[in-house]
Amino acid sequence: MIEFLARRILVMILTLVVVSALVFVIIQLPPGDYLTSYIAELQSQGENADPQKIEFLKQEYHLDKPMWQQYLIWVGGIVQGDFGRSIEHNLPVSEVIGDVFVNSLILNFSIVIFIYIVAFPIGVYSATHQYSWGDYGLTLVGFFGLATPNFLLALIMMFLAKKFFGTSIGGLMDPEFENEAMSFAKALSILEHLVIPVIVIGTAGTAGMIRRLRANLLDELHKQYVITARAKGLPRGRLLVKYPLRMALNPFIADIGNLLPQVVSGSVIVSVILDLPTTGPILLEALRAQDMFLAGSFLLFVSLLTVVGMFVSDLLLAVLDPRIRLEGGTSR
Amino acid sequence: MSDKLEHFVTSEPFDPYEVEALTPEQERFYLASQWRMMWWRLKRHKLAVYSGAILFVLYFSILITEFLSPYALTSRHTDHIFAPPQSVNFFHEGEFAGPFVYGLNYKLNMSTLKREYTIDKGAVQPLRFFCRGDKYDFWLGFESNVHLACASDGGTFFWLGTDRLGRDVWSRILYGTRISLTVGLVGIILSFILGITIGGAAGYFGGWVDNLSQRTIEILRSMPELPLWLGLSAALPVTWSPVAIYFGITLILALLDWPGLARAVRSKLLALREEDFCTAASLMGARPRRIIARHLLPNFMSHLIASATLSIPSMILAETALSFLGLGLRPPITSWGVLLVEAQNLEAVALYPWLLLPAVPVIITVLAFNFFGDGLRDAADPYK
Repeated sequence: MIEFLARRILVMILTLVVVSALVFVIIQLPPGDYLTSYIAELQSQGENADPQKIEFLKQEYHLDKPMWQQYLIWVGGIVQGDFGRSIEHNLPVSEVIGDVFVNSLILNFSIVIFIYIVAFPIGVYSATHQYSWGDYGLTLVGFFGLATPNFLLALIMMFLAKKFFGTSIGGLMDPEFENEAMSFAKALSILEHLVIPVIVIGTAGTAGMIRRLRANLLDELHKQYVITARAKGLPRGRLLVKYPLRMALNPFIADIGNLLPQVVSGSVIVSVILDLPTTGPILLEALRAQDMFLAGSFLLFVSLLTVVGMFVSDLLLAVLDPRIRLEGGTSR
Repeated sequence: MSDKLEHFVTSEPFDPYEVEALTPEQERFYLASQWRMMWWRLKRHKLAVYSGAILFVLYFSILITEFLSPYALTSRHTDHIFAPPQSVNFFHEGEFAGPFVYGLNYKLNMSTLKREYTIDKGAVQPLRFFCRGDKYDFWLGFESNVHLACASDGGTFFWLGTDRLGRDVWSRILYGTRISLTVGLVGIILSFILGITIGGAAGYFGGWVDNLSQRTIEILRSMPELPLWLGLSAALPVTWSPVAIYFGITLILALLDWPGLARAVRSKLLALREEDFCTAASLMGARPRRIIARHLLPNFMSHLIASATLSIPSMILAETALSFLGLGLRPPITSWGVLLVEAQNLEAVALYPWLLLPAVPVIITVLAFNFFGDGLRDAADPYK
């Protein structure tokens, strides 16, 4: 188990290194850097950029050094908890990110929980009642869930809420709680506001999860051991819980690898529409303004979310399934 | 011995292989090519056939967009800004009057500053067909002004309303179809090339090539797609021409899509390269490229095409999302996502809900592709 853990952690760290390099390349891709656009802006306002100030900024952001040195400085800073400075906000990146990152974490975590809670019973029902009306109906709903892009769903939900309840459903809490300390009322308000985004973002993931669970469980249900167990008189419910469900549960957990990137992607775009104070809107804004340190940190953070999430799911899988931890690698 | 059976020999000719002989239908069935069998199987999948038909109509429509749409892409009707949809009627006061629309009366409500349109039941404006309207450059190169349907002289025909500049939403959706549908196709072709090349090399050579590509794929798959797409498309220079942006976006979409295909190709090749025919080909001096392309890939081409069909909708959705966020295609290129940017403003949507209509073709297309792809995947293995 320890060997498995060590190898898995090593892989995760390697992945993160590559991801960080990739992110750095992406934020360096746009022609010019923030400084050139900053100077251009100053000049368009009729001011002359102070050469001393430019020189200072250049050194501050290490823009005069070659690319790989900039990368090392950037990564080195991150490891020590220094994410650089956001030029747009004129604040250290860590201050801009702080709360927002926690919000993202809450949101994404709630979505994953929601997907599991909803997908599990529906998937089991669909598989055990194959070709029933319930199964057909749920499959159809699932297809629409997969086909409707979540940002459209968010728009439609907002439209409906506006039209029928006259309320706006944006934000993560009621405005009066914004600057208050955490209290029961505040938590309740957050919970209330979480409902719509969680449903909107979770729908596609839930639909996919139901389909996969249904297929897996059906495969198991058609195997001979199920017939044997039935023949020796095991009640349906007990049989289901005891054997096929356990087998079908494995891919259910392994699937978090597919699920997480999807959820994080979805939460980015839906947050923009529903105006949630998560990483989404700020990432978008930073990308538009080419605020590279901020954008880079956000890209790194959302990737970190998925990479760590996958690590956790692998651990869960190893705990659940001895074949995996003994073989030391995925069995596929 | 009279109870002895009479000896009987038939004089008819005897064919010892009669049992094994095939009827013409059987022969047709047994000798059918793989693609023909796929077609037979696909035909039995009703939903897939209907979806395929819808897709065919959609793709056919992009060939004659200019002719189908009542107005040109950018023609503005400044006195009909945010006009509501005009439904097509057939009966006027109980009498058949052919397809027509009622005219619109416009009034600016001075207290709320809202544009109010009322339907003028007296103004029957019959539609004209194969009529002369806005001029356009047909994409094949000639100029024309013939449209399938347009408004009567002096009238208007805004089937799905107009937007904030008074442009016909229906016409713009039709023009958007052209871009949105081809983005997926171009993207999937690029991703196909990448996937087959990389997956093929990884599966055939194995060793470090395989290792490298597998690790790359794992890392790419563990990254959330949308933020990465956002980052990459934010990197597209603003100074690029619309066409360059278009291809840039398709390339970006393909960059994150190939891993799935590459994996499929690799796992098949790993098994197939051990087959005798593969050894035979290499003994005869065929180079790896030829072995992969001529001897190995055709074995599961149908599977690849089926799974590629299933990833087109995700590309269409991705383009829509990117454009919607303002980091994908930008006007003057018009795609469904670009049209939906208008719907980003909630106030506008509450007042003018028809701005959300470009979402409908997105959902129809994605559903159709999903059903069609599912049917194709089932049909891809006709020997099952």
